[in-house]
Amino acid sequence: MASTDARQSKVQSVPSSAGVGGPTRARINAKTLRTDRWWLTPLATFLVFFAFIVYATFRAFYGHDYYSAPYLSPFYSPCLGDCVGGASDFGRPFQAFPLSAALIVLIFPLGFRLTCYYYRKAYYRAFWLSPPACAVAEPHQKYSGETRFPLILQNVHRYFWYAAVVVGVVLTYDVVLAFRNEQDEWGHMGLGTLLMLVNVVLIWLYTLSCHSCRHAVGGRLRHFSKHPVRYKMWTFVSKLNTRHAQFAWYSLFSVALVDLYIYLLAANVFDDPRFF
Amino acid sequence: MGYDLKMRVWRGDQSGGELGDYTVEVSEGEVVLDALHRVQATQAGDLAIRWNCKAGKCGSCSAEINGKPRLLCMTRLSDFEESETITVTPMRTFPVIRDLVTDVSYNYEKAKELPYFEPPPRDSDGKRRMAQIDVERGQEFRKCIECFLCQNTCHVVRDHEDNKPAFAGPRFFLRYAELDMHPLDTHDRRELAQGAAGLGMCNITKCCTEVCPEGIKITDNAIIPMKERVADKKFDPLVWLGSKIGIRNKDNDGRTEV
Amino acid sequence: MSEANDRHPMTGNRMSSDESGGMHGIEQHSYDVVVIGAGGAGLRAAIAAHDAGARTAIVCKSLLGKAHTVMAEGGIAAAMGNRWPEDNWEVHFRDTMRGGKMLNNWRMAQLHAQEAPERVMELEDWGALFDRTEDGLISQRDFGGHKYARLAHVGDRTGLEMIRTLQQRAVQLGIDVFMECTVTDLMKDDGKISGAFGYWRETGRFVMFEAPSVILATGGIGKSFKVTSNSWEYTGDGHALAMRAGASLINMEFVQFHPTGMVWPPSVKGLLVTESVRGDGGILKNSDGKRFMFDYIPDFFKAETADTEEEADRWYDDKKNNRRPPELLPRDEVARAINSEIKAGRGTPHGGIFLDIASRRSPEFIRKRLPSMYHQFKELADVDITAEPMEIGPTCHYVMGGVEVDADTQESAVTGLYAVGECSGGMHGSNRLGGNSLGDLLVFGKRAGEAATAYTSSLGDNRPRVDEADVTAAQQSALAPFEVEGGENPYTIQSDLQQSMNDLVGIIRTASELEQSLSEIEAFKVRAASMKVEGHRQYNPGWHLALDLRNMLIVSEAIAKAALARQESRGGHTRDDFPGPNAEWGTKNLVVNLTADGTGVDLTEKPLPVMPDELKKYFDAPPAATKEAGN
Repeated sequence: MASTDARQSKVQSVPSSAGVGGPTRARINAKTLRTDRWWLTPLATFLVFFAFIVYATFRAFYGHDYYSAPYLSPFYSPCLGDCVGGASDFGRPFQAFPLSAALIVLIFPLGFRLTCYYYRKAYYRAFWLSPPACAVAEPHQKYSGETRFPLILQNVHRYFWYAAVVVGVVLTYDVVLAFRNEQDEWGHMGLGTLLMLVNVVLIWLYTLSCHSCRHAVGGRLRHFSKHPVRYKMWTFVSKLNTRHAQFAWYSLFSVALVDLYIYLLAANVFDDPRFF
Repeated sequence: MGYDLKMRVWRGDQSGGELGDYTVEVSEGEVVLDALHRVQATQAGDLAIRWNCKAGKCGSCSAEINGKPRLLCMTRLSDFEESETITVTPMRTFPVIRDLVTDVSYNYEKAKELPYFEPPPRDSDGKRRMAQIDVERGQEFRKCIECFLCQNTCHVVRDHEDNKPAFAGPRFFLRYAELDMHPLDTHDRRELAQGAAGLGMCNITKCCTEVCPEGIKITDNAIIPMKERVADKKFDPLVWLGSKIGIRNKDNDGRTEV
Repeated sequence: MSEANDRHPMTGNRMSSDESGGMHGIEQHSYDVVVIGAGGAGLRAAIAAHDAGARTAIVCKSLLGKAHTVMAEGGIAAAMGNRWPEDNWEVHFRDTMRGGKMLNNWRMAQLHAQEAPERVMELEDWGALFDRTEDGLISQRDFGGHKYARLAHVGDRTGLEMIRTLQQRAVQLGIDVFMECTVTDLMKDDGKISGAFGYWRETGRFVMFEAPSVILATGGIGKSFKVTSNSWEYTGDGHALAMRAGASLINMEFVQFHPTGMVWPPSVKGLLVTESVRGDGGILKNSDGKRFMFDYIPDFFKAETADTEEEADRWYDDKKNNRRPPELLPRDEVARAINSEIKAGRGTPHGGIFLDIASRRSPEFIRKRLPSMYHQFKELADVDITAEPMEIGPTCHYVMGGVEVDADTQESAVTGLYAVGECSGGMHGSNRLGGNSLGDLLVFGKRAGEAATAYTSSLGDNRPRVDEADVTAAQQSALAPFEVEGGENPYTIQSDLQQSMNDLVGIIRTASELEQSLSEIEAFKVRAASMKVEGHRQYNPGWHLALDLRNMLIVSEAIAKAALARQESRGGHTRDDFPGPNAEWGTKNLVVNLTADGTGVDLTEKPLPVMPDELKKYFDAPPAATKEAGN
């Protein structure tokens, strides 16, 4: 490195693993000189994600009030456990499962979001402070990134994406079923249907804008010119991909909102306004 | 329309230093580098600044302005309030030489470690053929002006000096991605990217993209696609199985691992 | 000589306080070929020298990859025929000679036209990603003065692509690079080059390179002018080093003012706006909204220039049946026209002329073809070039003049001293065509690297030696600014020189102003002799400028003197008092040498090299006939 031996000996007190306080760096005591409100985004992210985790955990373990005909909460779909009548459209293969039916399926959308490239950025910043914001020193002494267990498992993201596509199909099916009334007659629609429709659109936008999806449909190629259809798909997904973070947030809100709405319906807090 | 701008500029070297206060007259349309040049010409003739083109094309004048990694020549004074004091420091990831000049040889060292482009022979008429859509991804990465702001802002090395030997940094992940996406290149560098270059160290927190003065989508278009390509090779049992039984991405045929 | 251990592996910079080894304790290196400058020409020369087997070093004032080549935007002119199969080296040769108003060294123009296509292909072999045609070949674009779309390009950042490609190649080959190291003197032994002496910018310590071959690739002189597209490095170092070593310069009166530089905001005045804007459809308008270039078509180009707007507009799509728009005349013509319009009071609010592509091309087209320009105006001037016209005016861009060299080897009058790129002279005559510079760097960089290696090899062990007395003198000279008490600050002198050159030796010149400029330069020399610098030797820009200023002064004097002597207007040299070209002046070059006492410059006239008859034929026939002359 650039320093002379003489200089290094003067500053031995600073640990060699130090970052911006290290012996060769410009001596500036502040961890950052940023004057803007850089802490706002990680703080907001932390609060919202934390609130979602609390709510989702509560709802996943709750095990009740997830179905109000014809609406099934997305947290419980597909309902494969010991589900209430009308909620299971794919049978009850895990009827013996003693806990909430949500726990059987929630691992897939949860895993998808947990390993998502956007969410990783967001929670590494907001929860791990690694780094809290750009050019703001992180508090950790050691850092190995995603090279070791458990974070090396982030590389399974594509498998969660495959699962997320299946979940997306199931949720779409749920929306179709939501065009019924309480007597299972077709051609009806209520506020719940609309919310579920909006939610499933956002879920699909989030799922299809995924980086692994972008890679799978065409990103892995070296010759777009030899695969015109995949190039078109890649171009489309690339466009969506630039808004992946937005879709991640919107769909997080919408999925919680739809669940909350169905929860309140099922708990008879109010009635679903029917359009027709 | 000129006014007096208050600046704090870091002066010093590895033995120490401090923020020096300067007041300098500036005028409309000027950038931070103009103000610093005026300080240099009128108040501190020996103020060390590294700069060249003053047009955002060479990437020499990288520094930190109010704590944010930026090019001095592309930061307009009109981005700040006239009453605001602008603080300028050298990049804080590299060893400081003097004042705003840092020793960026880390980056040149990493450049030397990169495996180079290896094309096949030319076509029979002595020319090469590549489709525009096949070169566009690489062209985005080749917009890089090597200002090293991405390297500077990346917390992997900014906050952890000991990671420097094992981590090439975003600028060189761009290079790996460029070569891996090159329609003619004959090498497969995925193992190297993950191993020697330390791609796995990146936790995609996107600061490199945020500071890139060329607007290159470093994370979305280079690092994440490289991580996915590495996953194809190292972490995906289905792709592995497929290659064993002859189902594979034929687009990669003819490439040899380096 | 301890090497590598205590210096940066890449910058080569020695940080150790121990200055052991070498003469006078100065760090010393020995190479077969030393290249000064790491722009396109220097890198290409170093690659060629390395490939030819020489131990090669590159010494450059900035970091590797920052040289001014990155500013080149439009493209590399090479008659590859990818767009127009009719194109060939003969047409390119003819365009180059006509653009230079026939004052070019014909042999250099010929070699350039013949070898440029292969040099471009080499870049692609080394990883460059040029824009493509529909067939997948390297795309070529239109530029001023070129009959066919001929410029291999990457958007409007071709120079960046080129320097990055060459840089990566040089690194791959393991060529030693000494970054942020400035050469201040060349060493000679019995009339032959024996080495180069310089200092590390970082530490201020001296360094000596022993080498029988030195290739100058230091670029131009633009920093002598106030309004310029050039960076601080362009202080005429190579020109001055060569003169001090005994070589001569030619064509120094020819300075190219690029027609389109930014005029606002003041801090970026002079910053280049690429000619591609016009090549891709942009037009010039005055404040009355008139497309004025039709009023400025010189007789020399009448036959091949459109005289109606309709024909000019048709040309972009149908080049066969229409003539070129006058906006794409060679740069000297366009710059003069813009200058006249502004002088006549038809300029824009900020003293420029409108360059309009917004009303002629779609925003998508503009962003795709001219991304850097879009970015540059948006970021620096708050102007959206897809929606409003740009304000532009002429800016000092390039010097056609430079070290007089042998066309085939680029060797100067001094044995072992070579010059390539902008710091060499002859290739471009009185005016350079856009796109011919990047080709020049590659073609002659390669030739110089090979010739220098061949010369070094021919010496065997019998190399010229560095004289210790010269090293002592070089050190004293470099440290002189620190010795002065109470003198002037170099920044002030530089700024006064730039203003003076801009006002008196600018785009339009007259005898009285040139005489005045020469007397001002004399006064600057006196002031420079007693300038002082503050601080110490470690990364001290004041000191660096003081050393560069000497070069700027000598080069400025060369320009002014040659400009005063050439009593005609031709190419980049326009005399208000001698408005037209003069046939007799068209047969000779002006050669500049350092005076015997080394304090000024002398001029001599020298007849142009005579073009062989088989090349002359391209200029007798009308343009239509030459089209078929090729293969």
